[in-house]
Amino acid sequence: MFSTLTTLFANAAAEVRFELLPPPYVIGIVGALAGLLVFAALLKFKGWSWITKTATYIWKEWLTSLDPKKIGVMYIIVAGLMGLRGVADALLLRTQQALTNTDIGNVMTSDQFQQVFTAHGTIMIFFMAMGLMFGIMNLVLPMQLGARDVAFPFMNSASFWLFTAGMILINLSLVFGEFAATGWLAYPPLSGIAYSPGVGVDYWIWTLQIAGIGSLLSGVNFFATIIKMRAPGMRLMKMPIFAWSSLCTTVLIMFAFPILTVTLALLSFDRLFGMHFFTSDFGGNPMMYVNLIWAWGHPEVYILVLPAFGIFSEIVPVFSRKRLFGYTSMVAALIAIMFLSFIVWLHHFFTMGAGANVNSFFGIMTMAIAIPTGVKVFNWLFTMYRGRIRFTAPMWWFLGFVLTFTLGGATGVMLAVPAIDFQVHNSLFLVAHFHNVIIGGVVFGFMAGLTYWFPKFAGFKLNETLGKIAASCWIVGFMVAFIPLYILGLMGATRRLDHYDPSLGWQWLFGVAGVGVLIIAAGIAMQLIQLVVSFIQRQKNIDLTGDPWDGRTLEWSTTSPPPHYNYAVTPTADHIDPFWYAKHDKKKAEAPKYVDILMPKNTGAGVFIGGFALVFGMAIVWKIWPLVFVGLFGAIVTIIIRATHDDPEYVITAKELQQMEAAHAKGGAA
Amino acid sequence: MSHATTNHKMSAELEAHHHAFNDDKTQFGFWAYLMTDLVLFATLFATYAVLHNNTWGGPTAGELFSMPYVLVETMALLTSSFTVGMAMLAIFRFKQTQALIWFVITFLLGAVFLGMELYEFNHLVHEGLAWHASAFMSSFFTLVGTHGLHITVGLLWMGIMMFRIVKQGITHNNVRRLTLLSLFWHFLDIVWIFIFTFVYLMGAAAV
Repeated sequence: MFSTLTTLFANAAAEVRFELLPPPYVIGIVGALAGLLVFAALLKFKGWSWITKTATYIWKEWLTSLDPKKIGVMYIIVAGLMGLRGVADALLLRTQQALTNTDIGNVMTSDQFQQVFTAHGTIMIFFMAMGLMFGIMNLVLPMQLGARDVAFPFMNSASFWLFTAGMILINLSLVFGEFAATGWLAYPPLSGIAYSPGVGVDYWIWTLQIAGIGSLLSGVNFFATIIKMRAPGMRLMKMPIFAWSSLCTTVLIMFAFPILTVTLALLSFDRLFGMHFFTSDFGGNPMMYVNLIWAWGHPEVYILVLPAFGIFSEIVPVFSRKRLFGYTSMVAALIAIMFLSFIVWLHHFFTMGAGANVNSFFGIMTMAIAIPTGVKVFNWLFTMYRGRIRFTAPMWWFLGFVLTFTLGGATGVMLAVPAIDFQVHNSLFLVAHFHNVIIGGVVFGFMAGLTYWFPKFAGFKLNETLGKIAASCWIVGFMVAFIPLYILGLMGATRRLDHYDPSLGWQWLFGVAGVGVLIIAAGIAMQLIQLVVSFIQRQKNIDLTGDPWDGRTLEWSTTSPPPHYNYAVTPTADHIDPFWYAKHDKKKAEAPKYVDILMPKNTGAGVFIGGFALVFGMAIVWKIWPLVFVGLFGAIVTIIIRATHDDPEYVITAKELQQMEAAHAKGGAA
Repeated sequence: MSHATTNHKMSAELEAHHHAFNDDKTQFGFWAYLMTDLVLFATLFATYAVLHNNTWGGPTAGELFSMPYVLVETMALLTSSFTVGMAMLAIFRFKQTQALIWFVITFLLGAVFLGMELYEFNHLVHEGLAWHASAFMSSFFTLVGTHGLHITVGLLWMGIMMFRIVKQGITHNNVRRLTLLSLFWHFLDIVWIFIFTFVYLMGAAAV
């Protein structure tokens, strides 16, 4: 049966000869021409005034917006597109591995394969997962806290545009030059100038540096938001768990991302100025890089997964119609994970030879993380126990998560044993493990969150049936794609392998894994179809109450979609799940008392900072020094102009607020 | 949506509340940023700790630095931390001229510090001990240079703020920004004390 599957898979891909694809610059020219063509078509059929009107609308209402809800949507769009590119990369990788020993042969060269797996890892972590995380935080966090905005609205916009500048830079490497062929963490000395003299590693460095600084600023911003912007009455131990998980994540960002900034800077100094931090000669120490990058890299995976935990902690109580089981232990578990995540980094390189004592310490700390994580899983299950459960699409994602994430956690504990790690280090067993926790934990979590909060921001629910089909495809596809990798890893297949000897008998397993990726791709197609279908059916699934799921937290107390000021009157939160209590309070709600409020004015400064950062990045990758200074100087001047701006806000008076609320209630979105 | 076109004045009550909240929030956020900067320096200290003996046959820290010179440099910066404090006291008492004088002194002391550091760098490069001479020199130049870069940013910031005090006087917004600037300046002072101790004093002691 498996050989049939392999043959099917092989035949499907037989027509495509990737090595015959035109060189990158041709793709660039074709892309530019296609863009021009679209522009010409718009000009012909819609007219010039329509184009300027639309462009002005996008500029005024979206690109320059400081509204976290809009910034959140833009994050999710960018992250979604990058997710598609990451999945396309994954399809290429699996196709190569499945077909290399068939009649079709290699679909790409070894060098291309290396660039593709490097891009896949980098894009999925930095531009898919981080983007979705910041997107969801932007959408949900201020509303859950009862706030109208984040602590520093302009910095939020600048963060987004730095993220986007990094995203554009990494995609420019498709057309101009090459990308790193070093793996997603670019270990030296391979990533040093001696062994990677091209621009690929420079693209990698500056992409991450620019996006990373954006992430660091976001971390500070959301940290201050959570500490300083909570609704009256919402003490820390009354915050929604998503806010708690975000708090822990921002603390991790603030401690981990400066390490990444320094590590990338040092690597770039080695490459640009001939320094010797990580070189093999002149006293450099390549293993220090591995330590530093994982001192960031390990907390990074918790930065991603903690918000996903937070999302599940919101979803499970709502769909079980029970308050969350063990709120305090949930918070304690989050904090424990936050601390432990900083003292386990060495488990990524037990084989470095730090000695038995050091390895034992890090091994034991790693296993200890399973305890708070286990607490969380049981708390979710106990929340469901004797609840009145509604099996909506978010719950399907949750159940898929429990299944896959627990499996991934178990193999993680196996890898935490140094003796086992020595056997499976850098094998496909490891690859299967971290996809198991990142797809099962982070991706499923964010998908659940997007489905859950979608009606709040769109005003209508997503199609449930298609959502469940998509979730099923993902869960099944995941198992089919990654269980074979565990087996292959135990059989000795190393990661980043573009060819192997047919006599090893690995072919059929790679074939099965390839089919699994296709099933996941079908799930993604389902999600895209779901978006379209839901938009067409929006009248059917419209949410007029603002509370489509019978929610418990503050964001459900305002309309869907919310007005740009979120709440006309600042809400209070005297309980955990304040909205639940407010709904079931017998007392009649008092008429709202409006007061003047302040909202930030839109500004294009963030766009310009991102633009200058992109110019800087591209120039330094190609060592065009005059342009480097243009980018740097432009960014600094923009920051100075913005920082000395004295009037960044405008007032909405109580009277206007009352009129807007009345208009809002009478019908239709704002 | 009807924003941007409206241009109401804030009521006095709203303005007072807004200022207090905004100042509090901004200072907290700036503290949080300073802590991330501290992690950045901590990482550089860690690399220096790992690499400072890897001199690749070149001189060690103890053989390289002139302690009296570094002491003068250090005193310049420490004094500037005192003078920026005096400047802020004057700001809080709305004494504009006094504040400006103290800021000018602080600026000059910062410039002296930066000048001395650049002179030392230049000297090392001429001795054939540039950043590419060894891992030790790389980590030295990066750690000390990053601090110098921060001082440069601080000086730029101080220059702009002096200009604004002259033009606008001691407005609420300027007080908020100056408070952050003085935090930043004291922070750089503390980091320098660590650099002085770990790089120069312990380097000299190790000979």
